[in-house]
Amino acid sequence: MADISNNFVGIKSPNPFWLASAPPTDKAYNVERAFEAGWGGVVWKTLGEDGPPIVNVNGPRYGAIWGADRRLLGLNNIELITDRDLHVNLREIKEVKKKWPDRAIIVSIMVPCEEAAWKSILPLVEETEADGIELNFGCPHGMSERGMGAAVGQVPEYIEMVTRWCKANTRMPVIVKLTPNITDIRYPARAAKAGGADAVSLINTVSSIVSVDLDSFAPQPTIDGKGSHGGYCGPAVKPIALNMVADIARDAETANLPISGIGGITTWRDAAEFLALGAGNVQICTAAMTYGFKIVEEMISGLENWMDEKGHGSLDDVIGRATPNVTDWQYLNLNYVTKAKINQDSCIKCGRCHIACEDTSHQAITSMLDGERHFEVIDEECVGCNLCVNVCPVEDCITMEQLPAGSLDKRTGEKVKKDYGNWTEHPNNPTVVAAE
Amino acid sequence: MAGSAARKKLGKKLEDGIVAGRIDAKSAEQNFADIHPPMGDHEALVASDRCYFCHDAPCVTACPTSIDIPLFIREISTGNTIGAAETIFEQNILGGMCARVCPTETLCEQACVRELAEGKPVKIGLLQRFATDQAMREQKQFFPRGKASGKSVAIVGAGPAGLACAHRLAMHGHQVTIFESRKKPGGLNEFGIASYKTVDDFAQHEVDYVTDIGGIDIQYGKALGGKLTLDSLRSDHDAVFLGMGLTGVNALGLKGKDPEGVEDAVDFIAKLRQAKSKTRLAIGRRIVVIGGGMTAIDAAIQAKLLGAEDVTICYRRGQENMNASPYEQELATSKGVTIRHWLQPRKIKTKAGAVSGIELEYTQLNRGKLEGTGATTTLVADQIFRAIGQSYEDTTGGTLKLNRGRIQTDADGATSLDGVWAGGDCTDSGDDLTVTAVAQGRDAAEAITIALNA
Repeated sequence: MADISNNFVGIKSPNPFWLASAPPTDKAYNVERAFEAGWGGVVWKTLGEDGPPIVNVNGPRYGAIWGADRRLLGLNNIELITDRDLHVNLREIKEVKKKWPDRAIIVSIMVPCEEAAWKSILPLVEETEADGIELNFGCPHGMSERGMGAAVGQVPEYIEMVTRWCKANTRMPVIVKLTPNITDIRYPARAAKAGGADAVSLINTVSSIVSVDLDSFAPQPTIDGKGSHGGYCGPAVKPIALNMVADIARDAETANLPISGIGGITTWRDAAEFLALGAGNVQICTAAMTYGFKIVEEMISGLENWMDEKGHGSLDDVIGRATPNVTDWQYLNLNYVTKAKINQDSCIKCGRCHIACEDTSHQAITSMLDGERHFEVIDEECVGCNLCVNVCPVEDCITMEQLPAGSLDKRTGEKVKKDYGNWTEHPNNPTVVAAE
Repeated sequence: MAGSAARKKLGKKLEDGIVAGRIDAKSAEQNFADIHPPMGDHEALVASDRCYFCHDAPCVTACPTSIDIPLFIREISTGNTIGAAETIFEQNILGGMCARVCPTETLCEQACVRELAEGKPVKIGLLQRFATDQAMREQKQFFPRGKASGKSVAIVGAGPAGLACAHRLAMHGHQVTIFESRKKPGGLNEFGIASYKTVDDFAQHEVDYVTDIGGIDIQYGKALGGKLTLDSLRSDHDAVFLGMGLTGVNALGLKGKDPEGVEDAVDFIAKLRQAKSKTRLAIGRRIVVIGGGMTAIDAAIQAKLLGAEDVTICYRRGQENMNASPYEQELATSKGVTIRHWLQPRKIKTKAGAVSGIELEYTQLNRGKLEGTGATTTLVADQIFRAIGQSYEDTTGGTLKLNRGRIQTDADGATSLDGVWAGGDCTDSGDDLTVTAVAQGRDAAEAITIALNA
């Protein structure tokens, strides 16, 4: 049986599935239920500085995007950091950690951008014997208006500065949580590393308006006729998160910086993809908020079974395995030629491949043959784009078949070259310097 | 329970002969409730999401009225139910009834690619009902009456063909007068369809919805023949559309007159539809229905639902030859109806002037030809329904060319007589389906308009 125990910057947990800092980790009651369900660790919902508790809105905090049968695809929220007393949280963290020594407890923190504020809270957190801290530089709503959260995460210099303060003032590992609401994720990641961060975690939520009520003409969730942008999460943001994780994993400056992957992870497969792109473990929130804590059983069993089937003994055999295969477009092999092929036995004749290709692409799929509806790829026109595969409702009905080297590409009239060749050396590339 | 008390509780359930009150009011209500209850909002959203929005969709091709099914289903899935209804009504103004009575399992839903993919088609019929019900409930009228053309068109028969024709003619601004032989409109929608398929007086509501466009006058109790002649219609109007359906019922072809207790299934079905109280309808204890089409099925199921103990459909050929769809056959057997094949009626048995049974002869195919084998069997029965088809009875004075016993029409519904069009079951291109009659009425209206504007 594959070993899925996790060691993330020295923090050990029985599996790589942590609950992200969010409503599910706001108090001992929820966290203990999570541990009972089997979660490997939690990042406790963000603590703010000592003083009067945070105030939340008293109307709806969440909005959503649904797929068929109201399957929740994306969630957005305008909830702030914990609205419970700092000392109640600290006491509970200490109690739960003592009770569950084999599980990871990380404490998320967000205090004003002043060294004194961080200096005063860090010893209090340290005293709980939590395993580490996560700096919330990601929250895009509410707190960012007060110069915290994403307001810090969008300025690499601030990230570096605060990270450095934390490293100087605590023995605990420091994980810096990054916001995706920037143009290039590598800059904040590099700043975190420069500040001495032990790891980064990403992504936090994406700034979003999830929908507009067409009767009241107000964004949703609506509070007394008004709405504010929220933080978007759930399955819909996974592709954005995967790309950002890969960007950091393959950036020379941050190549060895551990990453805790976050963003729309709903199944073991999603988690495995994050690990493969370089995440050392994963954090989950929306899936738990949709289905409850029990989903971790599927995640654990799915990951173990997949690793067993593929012969991966431990997480180290998986982590970062896909990172070297992420490259820039200019290095993709232009001599790799594919054509779509429709399996007529599994085709149900819906015609979606045809109309997608005909209306919006390359006119490379027939719709009729001898007066009968018939869908077949016209090799002379097919550029191998994969759109038909993506719109076909039948799995594996349309496949992309590679043309072997030496065979004729009917579209170009040329033989497929066997050698690797990319844009950097392509004759049409004006920046290529011709060999003398 | 003591024996006599128990027997008393059975009431008339097991009484021989044709008697009323075999079921109580509660059973009547349950038995004749909507057979396919309408979809709820969420159910419709989930069902509509299953549609693949096919290109050149086979369901549209399979629909005699060519409703743009993928479009109306997509409209439902986006919460635009009224738009969906308009898409349906554009092609088929009787889309509400068709949603209830179309044999979708042999039309659109059979053609659905998901039927091919997984044997579970998109529920097109129920979705169509979902959309049309909402629009009719909200009294949404999508098609205004056209600017008066000054032309007048006579229609014979207020059934599906006549109503569809009338509505389209009104859209084009023509004044329409429908001559209907019965006291109520709707034709087979009102008189010829099993009660549980169209509950709550839907056929009448639909007629009101269709005629709400204006410019359609229905005159009741006026049949073609007698005072009202085709010639007079032709001289009083600019065009005539015939949609009177089939008025004759095929006989069993046995010697002598059929005794009391042998009835036409269509009459039974009509009587049932018009009955205020189902418990007061008399029905036999043991019933035999002769035939293999939808009428046979509708009569047999409803006889069973009225409390008949045994109901047997006897059909002279095999299952594969039955006009009733496999789905309808299954529905009948699920209600307790027995279906027997390769049997043809030979002799009605009577006792004291009333039906007591029927002797049937086993049949077989001999070089593709059906023949009796000589071997017989007898079923005990106190009531027998004839459901072996209906026929066209000419009331036009023999002026129209017929084809295979029905009015000959071209693709536009034009008959052999100038200025006379026809559609629905009375024509040679009718196929005993409401939806086909609607398509033919509609298309004839377009052809009439072109002719009148020429």
